[in-house]
Amino acid sequence: MAENTQPKGLQDRLERNIWALLIVIALVLSVGGLVEIVPLFYLKNTMEYNRYPEIVWNKVGQEPIVAADAGGVLKANWKPGDGMRPYTALELAGRDIYQREGCYTCHSQMIRPFRDEKERYGHYSLASESMFDHPFQWGSKRTGPDLARVGGKYSDDWQRAHLRKPQALVPESVMPAYPWLDKASPDATSIQTHMGGLRLIGVPYTDADIAAAPALLQGKTEMDAVVAYLQVLGTMVKLDEGKVYRD
Amino acid sequence: METGLEQKYNFDVVRWFTVMAVVYLVVGAAVGVYIASELAWPFLNFDIPYLTFGRLRPVHTNAVIFAFGGCALMATAFYTVQRTCGVRLWSDKLAWFVFWGWNLIIVAAVITLPLGITQSKEYAELEWPIDILIAVVWLAFSFNFIMTLAVRKTSHIYVSNWFFLGMMVMIVYLHVVNSLAIPVGIFKSYSVFSGTQDAMIQWWWGHNAVGFYLTAGFLGMMYYFVPKQANRPVYSYRLSVIHFWALMFGYVWLGAHHLQYTALPDWTGSLGAAVSIAMIIPSWGGAVNGMMTLSGAWDKLRTDYVLRFLIVALAFYAMSTFEGPVMSLKTVNALSHYTDWTVGHVHSGALGWVAGVAIGSIYHLMTRLWHTEMFSEKLVNFHFWTLTIGTVVYIVAMWVSGIMQGLMWRAFDEYGALAYTFVETVDAMHPYYAMRAVGGGIFLFGAIVMLFNVLMTVRKSATSGSLQKARLAAASA
Repeated sequence: MAENTQPKGLQDRLERNIWALLIVIALVLSVGGLVEIVPLFYLKNTMEYNRYPEIVWNKVGQEPIVAADAGGVLKANWKPGDGMRPYTALELAGRDIYQREGCYTCHSQMIRPFRDEKERYGHYSLASESMFDHPFQWGSKRTGPDLARVGGKYSDDWQRAHLRKPQALVPESVMPAYPWLDKASPDATSIQTHMGGLRLIGVPYTDADIAAAPALLQGKTEMDAVVAYLQVLGTMVKLDEGKVYRD
Repeated sequence: METGLEQKYNFDVVRWFTVMAVVYLVVGAAVGVYIASELAWPFLNFDIPYLTFGRLRPVHTNAVIFAFGGCALMATAFYTVQRTCGVRLWSDKLAWFVFWGWNLIIVAAVITLPLGITQSKEYAELEWPIDILIAVVWLAFSFNFIMTLAVRKTSHIYVSNWFFLGMMVMIVYLHVVNSLAIPVGIFKSYSVFSGTQDAMIQWWWGHNAVGFYLTAGFLGMMYYFVPKQANRPVYSYRLSVIHFWALMFGYVWLGAHHLQYTALPDWTGSLGAAVSIAMIIPSWGGAVNGMMTLSGAWDKLRTDYVLRFLIVALAFYAMSTFEGPVMSLKTVNALSHYTDWTVGHVHSGALGWVAGVAIGSIYHLMTRLWHTEMFSEKLVNFHFWTLTIGTVVYIVAMWVSGIMQGLMWRAFDEYGALAYTFVETVDAMHPYYAMRAVGGGIFLFGAIVMLFNVLMTVRKSATSGSLQKARLAAASA
């Protein structure tokens, strides 16, 4: 076994030394992830708002989205098209339910830049449009249609009836019915905790946004919350056909 | 057969992982067939929250990947490392901690996911307390494995162990980074990343859960069990060195190809696709290396049912590692993305390759661990055909439905308007969804037969006292 006593070359050395093998494997494995992920956090062209600042609402983090005065009367500071902003307490409650029910397993929220997708769903999605989405909800499968711009396409009543019994409106649908959404209500205190958590990781909620949660959720069911979330999807930014957002 | 093995090695923990792997194979496949049926016949959702597709789909993926795949990996890694190093596991206690810890995670997953407790990141749905438990158990598993290698009696570390090692390190990276989240309650958290960055990190995890957990780990299995079952050395040492390092370096880049034409910057997706194409070469090198191990002994395939599983698994591996890179190309991806073609591709890998090689390895292990022949060789052969036919029916159904749906979505009529509404495409999928459920059902039936055969073999061993004898022989030796 003379040839077995002296290591020949790097591979042979690694096969004899577990610690060296472990370190080399750990280094080799780290390359791809570092090259593909780290630049996304600092390259300016990742987020379109660096070139087109109007994509983000100019009062974000400074003024509440919806303010409740002392009498509990709600006043909206933001209107559709004003630009990206965090979800209101009601919309966030709806988004939590969207996650809970696993809607992302059948619905994407990411429109690709193709003619047919433009016809069917609208303008292609921007990275900036999911800047406040923790986690992202782009999905990977369209068993049902894309929902990135579903906001405003159907009435609130249609959405409610559809969620209660999809086949009543679309007979060929394979979507489950969600009748239990009418029977439960989101809890304002938990939603305030959720908003506080999101603020810690960079979502610009104002104190007033969080304080408005009980007023916004007053008397609302889970159904109302989901519909509020669906109706805001894709309505925040007013996109200009003349602009090239993505190269 | 060698005596003294039962005393020298810790086979008890391997036996438990082996049986649990087969149990979870049946459970995971059963949930899969159920949710596949829900898509064909939606009344099966029964208006019950815990049974809806959206909540059960993560149960299916977690059960097959982490419960079945995990137990199969842990059984084979602990077995292989002991046999190739000539030493007992570094710590028996740690090995049992891994067994009970991993099964506790699985129970927690089966309870929390139908309740809607989820982070909603694919294949990483489990909430933060369970994620922490996964990290602890995975580190214990890896540490025990590495320490066993450190105290080995052999001069060189065998190739299977390189692959297991690569998987262990990468899963630590992926699980830790992708699961970074801010807890806002005991069972609720939000990913610290958002939008585009979160998408890239998720698919870096998503594709490498496939690339390392379901590929590198199962290649570790292949490099031990194919040569053992064929009773021949691996075809080419050189090829295994190339296969290993190319896989370690290259696979990590592929995640970006899941995000072609999305809002992820173009350079990332293109880079992912370029490396994906290059990966055909090492993947096929590995498949050839496994298959050619039979060179000069092809006749064994006629009589050795276990070898059939292993070799057909390699054929599926070769097929899906060709299909994957093709689907990563932008022009193909434009058609295939968001459709059932992706689902079919995953299942040719998961049913054909991952399950095939694991099942072959488990049948090999059964006879070694219980010191007896299988209860029924005929049922092993029957299982082989149900697996092969079920898988082929499944993926053919998904090819047809995926490509058809992709083409229907982009079809225009003579006036330049969309030719089909979305729901017309859903309706057109119905026969293929039914066919897929049938294919999955055939696969599931084979898995049930396997569980029966495995349990009867354990019983046979108990009745004949073969395991008992091996233990006593060891004690007196």
